[in-house]
Amino acid sequence: MAILIDTETRLIVQGLTGGEGTFHARQAKVYGTNVVGGVTPGKGGTVHEGWPIFNTVSDAVRETGANASVIFVPPVFGADAIMEAADAGLPLVVCITEGIPTFDMMSALAILRSTSTVLVGPNCPGIISPGKSKVGIIPGHICQEGRVGIVSKSGTLTYEAIHQLTKLDLGQTTCIGIGGDPLIGTSFIDALKLFAADPDTDAVVLIGEIGGTAEEEAAAFIQQSFDKPVVGFIAGQTAPPGRRMGHAGAIIAGGAGTALEKMKALTAAGVHVVENPADLGIAVAEQLGVSL
Amino acid sequence: MKIHEYQGKVILASHGVPVPQGKVAFTADEAGEVATTLGGGTVVIKAQIHAGGRGKGGGVKIARNPDEASQIAREILGMRLVTHQTGPKGQIVSRVLVEEGLDIKRELYFGLVLDRASERLVMMASAEGGVEIEEVAARTPEKIFKAGIYSSAGLAGFQARELAFGIGLEGPLVKKATRLMQALYQAAITTDASLVEINPLVETGSGDLVALDAKMTFDDSALFRHVDILKLRDLEEEDPLEVEASKSSLNYIKLDGSIGCMVNGAGLAMATMDIIKLAGGAPANFLDVGGGASAEQIRNAFKILMSDVSVKAVLINIFGGILRCDVLANGVVAAVKDLGVSVPIVIRMEGTNVEEGKRILRNSALNFTTADTMGEAAEKVVQCVGSN
Repeated sequence: MAILIDTETRLIVQGLTGGEGTFHARQAKVYGTNVVGGVTPGKGGTVHEGWPIFNTVSDAVRETGANASVIFVPPVFGADAIMEAADAGLPLVVCITEGIPTFDMMSALAILRSTSTVLVGPNCPGIISPGKSKVGIIPGHICQEGRVGIVSKSGTLTYEAIHQLTKLDLGQTTCIGIGGDPLIGTSFIDALKLFAADPDTDAVVLIGEIGGTAEEEAAAFIQQSFDKPVVGFIAGQTAPPGRRMGHAGAIIAGGAGTALEKMKALTAAGVHVVENPADLGIAVAEQLGVSL
Repeated sequence: MKIHEYQGKVILASHGVPVPQGKVAFTADEAGEVATTLGGGTVVIKAQIHAGGRGKGGGVKIARNPDEASQIAREILGMRLVTHQTGPKGQIVSRVLVEEGLDIKRELYFGLVLDRASERLVMMASAEGGVEIEEVAARTPEKIFKAGIYSSAGLAGFQARELAFGIGLEGPLVKKATRLMQALYQAAITTDASLVEINPLVETGSGDLVALDAKMTFDDSALFRHVDILKLRDLEEEDPLEVEASKSSLNYIKLDGSIGCMVNGAGLAMATMDIIKLAGGAPANFLDVGGGASAEQIRNAFKILMSDVSVKAVLINIFGGILRCDVLANGVVAAVKDLGVSVPIVIRMEGTNVEEGKRILRNSALNFTTADTMGEAAEKVVQCVGSN
């Protein structure tokens, strides 16, 4: 098993005809994902790289039976694309787009929360279930099928974690980048709940960063109701307060959101927190009792 | 993006928030003239820098007449104002706000922020104005009243009233506070402000509520639709290297250490800073060259790193997912040759075409140190700085 995506995933790409959309749709297909079409308003009825293009998400869903969407549209259209996918009743929407205005996301989430659609992102690398499917931009060749779940706010730092695991022959069930924006669809807790229910996931790597309180909320959840081993890392231990570190959400504001507070909360919840990001893979091996 | 107090007050006033009469001045003479236009009586001269804590740092003074206003402005303009938010180097003051003096009866606090957990804007009010709200939150959290705003309805009247009653307002002040909070909310949503803070908001002797201070921060991702606000950006408030980097769409933040970092991805860039610290060194910067950095971007990044005189060695940490390591290696070799980079460079790259990338570096005849893991790279670069 895996979470969120697997061999049954039928994916449409919102913004498929753009450069990013085309590149990553091809990559997903090469990885074995069932990409069934794309949406670009005004280009409905055309064919792009062999894929049928539709004017609306709802047309695409009706014609292709898609059950997931990945969004590669410019930031100004990002929230609209999310709302359209949710309105079309798609169970899963993954938004890669970075730079969506916060207030746009606030409106989109208000609508999304009244539907059953699961949104991952925005400003995230997406999801990969190694050997099964990938929705987003995580490079497939660094992954390996296995029994470790990853949930992370970061992109390349997630690749780093995957790479460390794969090198130790510790494969992954599913890796989810939840994104570094202040407002996101899927939280650490949402992902942890899915990993808890997945019999094939034995341990979870949780990668957080400065800003907000999502890591503290995850810690409280883990303490109360998560029984699998968790290895954690928080990026930004050396980040200065009041500065936005690349991600829109990565900022220590008013003394809150520091790496230290998050590390403390996670440690207190029984998470094995590594100070050194190079130790993630080894720590997972230790937690699983795998000898190296 | 941050703006100055006087700019924030103009925006707030345009949405119906009462602010004191006043105007910005760039010279001592201008300050005197503003004081004269304000009636020639007592005025307050306030240094305009983005950091808070200006009063304690000596950046806010009272003048009894225009001559004194001019004299005080002369003292403040050009001074290096040090506050708890500026760091020890402080910030040069190049403009002052000259405002009418008010008869202050009490000081309140109002703020509007995004609450990530509830995914809503939250209006906050407290009777404990004029002090750091973080301190109030830490010591007496029960003195801060909050209302989560439904984006479909906006700040509802009942919510604003609850806050007004909560902080102990009575009589006509309740209605005035309600209107004021709704105006604050309107100002925020109209301008994509991620933070609006009025500390203090004062009750005057004549029973009016007036915003004595104004702090507004805007969502960088929404600035594309606010050309007017973008014009308020004050480059003097920003680090010159950061301004330069932003022109090349590089995410760069200057820090105090000696090891320059070049990384792709914000999370990995932070983690790289962290691991340098763990290895005993200090990062000179945060620098995210982005997911698909081109040779051009790498060159721009080197230019920025080399402009920082405190950089004694560079650590490049790239995880090539989309970005191929051979493309990166070629970019690095070209930039180093081109710009004549002389400090030691430690490169750790991983991912697509990594072997080809390493071959390019080895054959370049340039003095690179390579590393296979982040940990090894951090130790090597710290050694470079130590041996210098």
